[in-house]
Amino acid sequence: MNQPILAIQNLHAGVENKKILKGINLAIRPGEIHAIMGPNGSGKSTLASILAGRDAYDVTEGEVIYCGKDLLEMDPEERAREGVFLAFQYPVEIPGVNSTYFLRAALNEHRKHRGEPELDAMEFLTLVKEKVKLLHLPDDLLKRPVNVGFSGGEKKRNEIFQMAVLQPKLAVLDETDSGLDIDALRIVAEGVNTLKRPDNATLLITHYQRLLDHIVPDFVHVLWDGRIVKSGGKELALELEDKGYDWLIKHDVARG
Amino acid sequence: MSTATETIQEFVSNEYKYGFTSNIETETIPPGLNEDVIRLISAKKNEPEFMLNWRLKAYRHWLTMAEPAWQFAKHPPIDFQSAIYYAAPKNRKELNSLDEVDPELLKTFEKLGISLNEQKRLAGVAVDAVVDSVSVATTFQKDLAKQGIIFCSFSDAVQNHPALVQQYLGSVVPHTDNYYAALNAAVFSDGSFCYIPKGVRCPMELSTYFRINSANTGQFERTLLIADEGGYVSYLEGCTAPMRDENQLHAAVVELVALEGAEIKYSTVQNWYPGDKQGKGGIYNFVTKRGICKGRKSKISWTQVETGSAITWKYPSCILLGDQSVGEFYSVALTNNYQQADTGTKMIHIGKNTKSTIISKGISAGRGQNAYRGLVEIKKGAANARNFSQCDSLLIGDKCGAHTFPYIEVKNSTGQVEHEATTSKIGEDQIFYCNARGISTQDAVNMIVNGFCKEVFRELPMEFAVEAQKLLGVSLEGSVG
Repeated sequence: MNQPILAIQNLHAGVENKKILKGINLAIRPGEIHAIMGPNGSGKSTLASILAGRDAYDVTEGEVIYCGKDLLEMDPEERAREGVFLAFQYPVEIPGVNSTYFLRAALNEHRKHRGEPELDAMEFLTLVKEKVKLLHLPDDLLKRPVNVGFSGGEKKRNEIFQMAVLQPKLAVLDETDSGLDIDALRIVAEGVNTLKRPDNATLLITHYQRLLDHIVPDFVHVLWDGRIVKSGGKELALELEDKGYDWLIKHDVARG
Repeated sequence: MSTATETIQEFVSNEYKYGFTSNIETETIPPGLNEDVIRLISAKKNEPEFMLNWRLKAYRHWLTMAEPAWQFAKHPPIDFQSAIYYAAPKNRKELNSLDEVDPELLKTFEKLGISLNEQKRLAGVAVDAVVDSVSVATTFQKDLAKQGIIFCSFSDAVQNHPALVQQYLGSVVPHTDNYYAALNAAVFSDGSFCYIPKGVRCPMELSTYFRINSANTGQFERTLLIADEGGYVSYLEGCTAPMRDENQLHAAVVELVALEGAEIKYSTVQNWYPGDKQGKGGIYNFVTKRGICKGRKSKISWTQVETGSAITWKYPSCILLGDQSVGEFYSVALTNNYQQADTGTKMIHIGKNTKSTIISKGISAGRGQNAYRGLVEIKKGAANARNFSQCDSLLIGDKCGAHTFPYIEVKNSTGQVEHEATTSKIGEDQIFYCNARGISTQDAVNMIVNGFCKEVFRELPMEFAVEAQKLLGVSLEGSVG
């Protein structure tokens, strides 16, 4: 249990000539939930994208070790099959591709990668029915094309539903709470909490404290201008809610 | 599933897999076109006089015509005098059984995945194999003949069923119809012929498999398919050609006739050599396909999957003459690299209560240009005619183009015409989303494209639907990277 699932060391990254991440250090161990908070533009979503393998960003320095392997060397699909899951801030619509078909293709890629037999349509349906209840998704959502015509809340719930089916080792939730009403928020949180196991980990990326009322993190990190400027327990989130980010930044600057 | 890196390598190194040439002894005539050449072709085929006269009439008319230039595709002028108008595998004689077919030819078809050996054939599909415009073998003829179905090469039909040929030849696509149809009428060498008698449901899929082998030859086949009252037939054609640097002209004509209550389902999977990645070589596929719903409650349904050819230019059409007749057109046209396609349909409503449906899916990748051009015409007497058209375009990358030219002419106020069109693009976001769920880029593109084409694929006979999906996947390799 000592080996971290994710170990980020001195990560620097950006686009073209703009530096966005300026030396991130973070270790996530099995069974842990980490939250990264920070104001807009602090680099939260960049971090999530780099972990998932979006090639729009250049990593200029540092490394990311996932379960003992160099994550940055892997293609995005390989990362997914190895158990990294990104819940998108803006899930993408794919017209013409049936949701169930899509998810089964994805799951079977994971299973093939692990050397397990693929699931046929019937076996998959049984699995899906069980997971659908967890997220209170309407049945017909799965008959529609991927994310097409879904409401904002449905899209986010669908992300967590996919996560429930794929059972990742490391889930990165990129602002999954944004745009959710309180009921949807509770459903999403319930989903994440149910999926928590001693051998997996979750990284929550969020702007607001409210998600953390429902998913209690073990660690909270504050991201500011491409660096983690403060880390602490769950109470740090409450403090931020109370005082805002300015307090911390001034504090940080004064200290530095 | 290979790893992502391998898949990308596969993409890049992808070659047209049917591009081989077979070493078959071929009889050709000297290049050039004049009345003597036409007389020679007719004589070689031992044709009755009505055929020669018809050919000459067509040729003389062709001389008065100019090459059309209205299509959305560009190509250098074609030198009609440098082409060879007759090429046939040598040693063609009456064959008593398939064992007598040139083994090299049989091998060619095995390589293409088409076995002419009846025992090995997929159950339920009869094949007419046409090489360089000459039919070399037709399978299951005897079984079909028991039900009165005639399925043979066009040449055999001219010899054995001249009355039927004379009655229907040119009745849907007259020799004056257009530049390439006139040329075809003058010089066509072979093709397939099929007649379904009254009340007979053809028990198997019929198919023609076209193969261009010789260099510098023009390809001119003619297919004539007649379904008599209450008859039904499902017919499929497939096409491939070797890879060559020069462009080759393929100008075929297909005529369908459906009498009262008859139904013809005609499917095409066209995979002529598209040219290389720089746009060199490839087939000019200039084809005239038309069907007439002559009788009441007759139905003609065209389904096409067009993935090959440097230029595809064709409009499988329906003339809805009989009352309550139905015309359908389902099309997937894909252009990659420098391919160009200008394709669509014409639905001519003449009878009362006639109905037509058009579903067209255009996919453009690389520098491909894809145009849908369609005409829906409701004539004065066509009371309560209805049409529904849907034209969707999918773009992959930012150097390709999609164009839609719908023409609608309604001369009867009770007519109802609906037209829907969409254009979408496979975005990097969609690909990344699939990647992030463990699906490779190649599979993601295939999934999206197949989803896009679903409505058309379900119209294809089962075995061919699977083939078509694979073909689309192969044709798109290298379109994203």
